[in-house]
Amino acid sequence: MRSGVETDMAFNDTAANYGSVSRWLHWIMAAAIFGLFGLGWWMVELTYYSPYYKSAPDLHRSVGIVVLALLLFRMLWRTINPKPDDSDLSPFERKASHWVHWSFYPLILLLCISGYLISTPDGNPISVFGLFDVPSLIQSKGLEDTAGWIHWGTAYMTVALAIGHSAAAIKHHFSGQSRVLTRMWSGRA
Amino acid sequence: MIRRFAAAATLALIATTSVADAADYVIDSQGAHASIIFRVKHLGFSWLVGRFDKFDGTFSYDEKDPGASKVAVNIDTSSLSSNHAERDKHLRSGDFLDVIKFPKASFVSKTVTPKDGGKATIVGDLTLHGVTKPVTIEAAYIGGGADPWGGFRQGFEGSAKIVLADFGMTHDLGPASKDVMLELNIEGLKK
Repeated sequence: MRSGVETDMAFNDTAANYGSVSRWLHWIMAAAIFGLFGLGWWMVELTYYSPYYKSAPDLHRSVGIVVLALLLFRMLWRTINPKPDDSDLSPFERKASHWVHWSFYPLILLLCISGYLISTPDGNPISVFGLFDVPSLIQSKGLEDTAGWIHWGTAYMTVALAIGHSAAAIKHHFSGQSRVLTRMWSGRA
Repeated sequence: MIRRFAAAATLALIATTSVADAADYVIDSQGAHASIIFRVKHLGFSWLVGRFDKFDGTFSYDEKDPGASKVAVNIDTSSLSSNHAERDKHLRSGDFLDVIKFPKASFVSKTVTPKDGGKATIVGDLTLHGVTKPVTIEAAYIGGGADPWGGFRQGFEGSAKIVLADFGMTHDLGPASKDVMLELNIEGLKK
């Protein structure tokens, strides 16, 4: 095992730092989720004759399935890796950040599952970039409506939480109190 | 004795016939021997077909005086199905039926004008998307009589054309898709 200075070449998380796997997961998922939010917000207003009427939802569903796969892997990765230290935060901040971090997993999971259930309760699969199909697992008439409301609500909640999370990280960064932002970005605290 | 029996039988026959002539029927939506189907042109290239799975209704029908017939149907708009979950969700949304705001649609006949060959023109009020407008249904009698299980049934088919914009649904599906054809298959079980 390495000791002392961790480089950003390390895959695994340590007590001090995030490894490259966690950091890539974090930023790719952040970009994908904000991208999906914007895409979803835009695509539902497309007119029927828009050239993107089919391709935009296709892209949204495909990226969404990738996010779900990344999330499942990330949850596994989190449980088999140590959680980097956050003792430089105040007890309140630590509690709040734990709450925020652990809210992301169920929220994004619900977001992905509800999205999947908008498209699949009629028995049709979701085609991921035209490469492979994710089959329909639950067939229930009208489920797409309930799933739609949950998807809409969890999307706004996820983005709101992410904005709060970013604001906190930026605050810690510029107040100089904690190096959480650079630690997630470069791997070095 | 035989004569008395014959008289009684004749009376019974008259009684049954007269009841069968003018009677009230419940549309057999429970047994799904009725359907409300809609068709919209897709881009002008083909017909997109869907239906409402939940509805109920009644009609009265008199073979001797079909012009006195009446029909009333209530439709649960959220029961729409076009065999495509995302489209169904869209059709239930505010862009089209807005089923949260308008969960019911209904049709109540006002006049029934019999024509030759068991056909009739039914004019009535269709309430859809919160708008009530007269709609004309071209109906045809298909058949009727005792069913094998002790009931008595009458069946009809009908068709109507409505314009989406007339009912406040203006989401643009293209120039070929402004009208919706309704296809009605109605079997009634005598009350």
